[in-house]
Amino acid sequence: MTAASTSTALPTAEQHGIKEHSDGRFGFVPVQTRSARFRSTNVEDFPAVTGREAVWKHTPVDRVGSLISGELDGSAYAYDATPADGITVAWVGRDDARIGVAGAPEERASANAWSAFERALVISVTGEEAKEFTLTRSALGTGARGAHTIIEAAPFSQATVILQNSGSAQLTENIEIILGESANLTVVSVQEWNDDALHLANHFASVGRDARFKHVAVSLGGSVVRINPSTHLVGSGADTEMLGVYFADAGQHLEQQVYVFHDGPHGRSRVTYKGALQGEGARTVWIGDVLIGPDAVGTDSYEQNRNLVLTDGTRADSVPNLEIETGDILGAGHASATGRFDDEQLFYLQSRGITEDEARRLVVRGFLSEIVQQIGAPTLQERLQLAIEAELSAVPRAGE
Amino acid sequence: MSVLEIHGLHVTVETEQGTKEILKGVDLVIREGEIHAIMGPNGSGKSTLAYTIAGHPKYTVTKGTITLDGEDVLAMTVDARARAGLFLAMQYPVEIPGVTNTNFLRTAKTAISGEAPAIRTWVKDIRETMTKLRMDSSFAERNVNEGFSGGEKKRNEILQLELLKPKFAVLDETDSGLDVDALKIVSEGVNRAAENTGLGVLLITHYTRILRYIKPDFVHVFVAGRVAEEGGRELADRLEEEGYDRFLTEANVG
Repeated sequence: MTAASTSTALPTAEQHGIKEHSDGRFGFVPVQTRSARFRSTNVEDFPAVTGREAVWKHTPVDRVGSLISGELDGSAYAYDATPADGITVAWVGRDDARIGVAGAPEERASANAWSAFERALVISVTGEEAKEFTLTRSALGTGARGAHTIIEAAPFSQATVILQNSGSAQLTENIEIILGESANLTVVSVQEWNDDALHLANHFASVGRDARFKHVAVSLGGSVVRINPSTHLVGSGADTEMLGVYFADAGQHLEQQVYVFHDGPHGRSRVTYKGALQGEGARTVWIGDVLIGPDAVGTDSYEQNRNLVLTDGTRADSVPNLEIETGDILGAGHASATGRFDDEQLFYLQSRGITEDEARRLVVRGFLSEIVQQIGAPTLQERLQLAIEAELSAVPRAGE
Repeated sequence: MSVLEIHGLHVTVETEQGTKEILKGVDLVIREGEIHAIMGPNGSGKSTLAYTIAGHPKYTVTKGTITLDGEDVLAMTVDARARAGLFLAMQYPVEIPGVTNTNFLRTAKTAISGEAPAIRTWVKDIRETMTKLRMDSSFAERNVNEGFSGGEKKRNEILQLELLKPKFAVLDETDSGLDVDALKIVSEGVNRAAENTGLGVLLITHYTRILRYIKPDFVHVFVAGRVAEEGGRELADRLEEEGYDRFLTEANVG
């Protein structure tokens, strides 16, 4: 946690670890504030990844080397889209003025994608009526690919945009999301990739005055899937709800590094991620950073992560971080809990007549549906409930 | 007329020191509508008996039988035992994150009766029973036992007992940790279930306190994994005065 500079009770620059170490040899000062991380759109500006970097240390970098440092195919790809009034989709060149508006890469795989994409896919939302739009990517192939997407919601527009991902893929991508004043946009990214898929994504959202942004990351399928959404609350009174639900089974690595930057005043943010882990080597990572900047007075913020461990042999990392640079806020909190569904719970439910399978379904469905129900897209919600149930029955239970 | 019969029951448990025999030949016959108190000092095997009847995987039956109306209970899974009409009120009820009490009760009721309960009467049943157990209506929407106090968990057990309507209930130290008001409320619930459904009760307790509110027809004293003495209500009174000392001495000698 970084301190307000006016308080003498809090760390000063002279304290150990904040300035350069006195032996001076390494010239290394750790980044203190989340917004001060190095950024560049050029992959060459990032050193080779060792796996010890803060942003990579939980990720199996050996499995995603092709995306971090390999050559990427940045060409346009085939997608399916259901037409909707007020939503257009188009490929644009690298010189489009909107590119780079919402963010810039903070790590090498993100910059690799940025350097490689030939054209960016722009989804434009206009019109004040509520509407739902789904873009399906199911034929990305098995070659390493870099992609760039822009989702732009005009002032006062309203929509739910679903990015539905399935099939094979080796994809590193950046998605910029730009919300004009008072726009109301939901972006849902659903990862239901094949078992061999690799997917590293960075989402950068810029939220204007009084705009409402809901972001949902749903990760069920893939070998390594890392979705890092960051939301920059720029305008006064901007509001974000960042939700995530994930279900890791044997050998799967599902990661999310979530970042909310309260820059403008009177913003509100809620981050809620819930995950289940089942099977040998199932692995999940959640890092939640919230930064409340010096001008973000009146901020109301809360982030939480909950994990449900269903079997032995899994690992869930959960790291909430909170930095507050102004004392004048309504509230800021964080919570994290990882619990297991154990034999005693199973026995309890069974002793009330409920079969073992039903007991597991009951617990996991109850746990994850809290998030699913908040998506606001009924057809998708129903399908995801079924997909979660399929996950439950697909994997052998502990001890079998 | 339903009957739960236990004959020559031997049960072992795996410990770090190896296999340990806890029950060493238990015989008990409980008929519909009867209330049996099982009393005994700590470590005498009372809870082992409760969990063995319910089918907890930690306990291994090495000898003997448990039958419900002639059906082999030991051959049934945990959930099948519950569907056959057995119920265990646990000493330490388990918290189930993510599952509301309402959802849990409906799922259990559906599993036990084989069909979903009619919504209107079911909701009314829950509400009325909760009122009788002095449970705030907010407990319906809270996750099962999560954040409940000890007394609230016990009342939640009795709520299930009243709603699921088993043939036989094993109450494992349901009185432990209850203040006198909660003890009365819980006892009233058990008595209601016994009156309304002809429930047979196996009431396991260390103390005689609960027997002021739930009147047993039979009292069995458990020592060192078997029944050391049996009698009527008067045996409980004698235990209240004397404690378990004379049994412990006998056991030590024996």
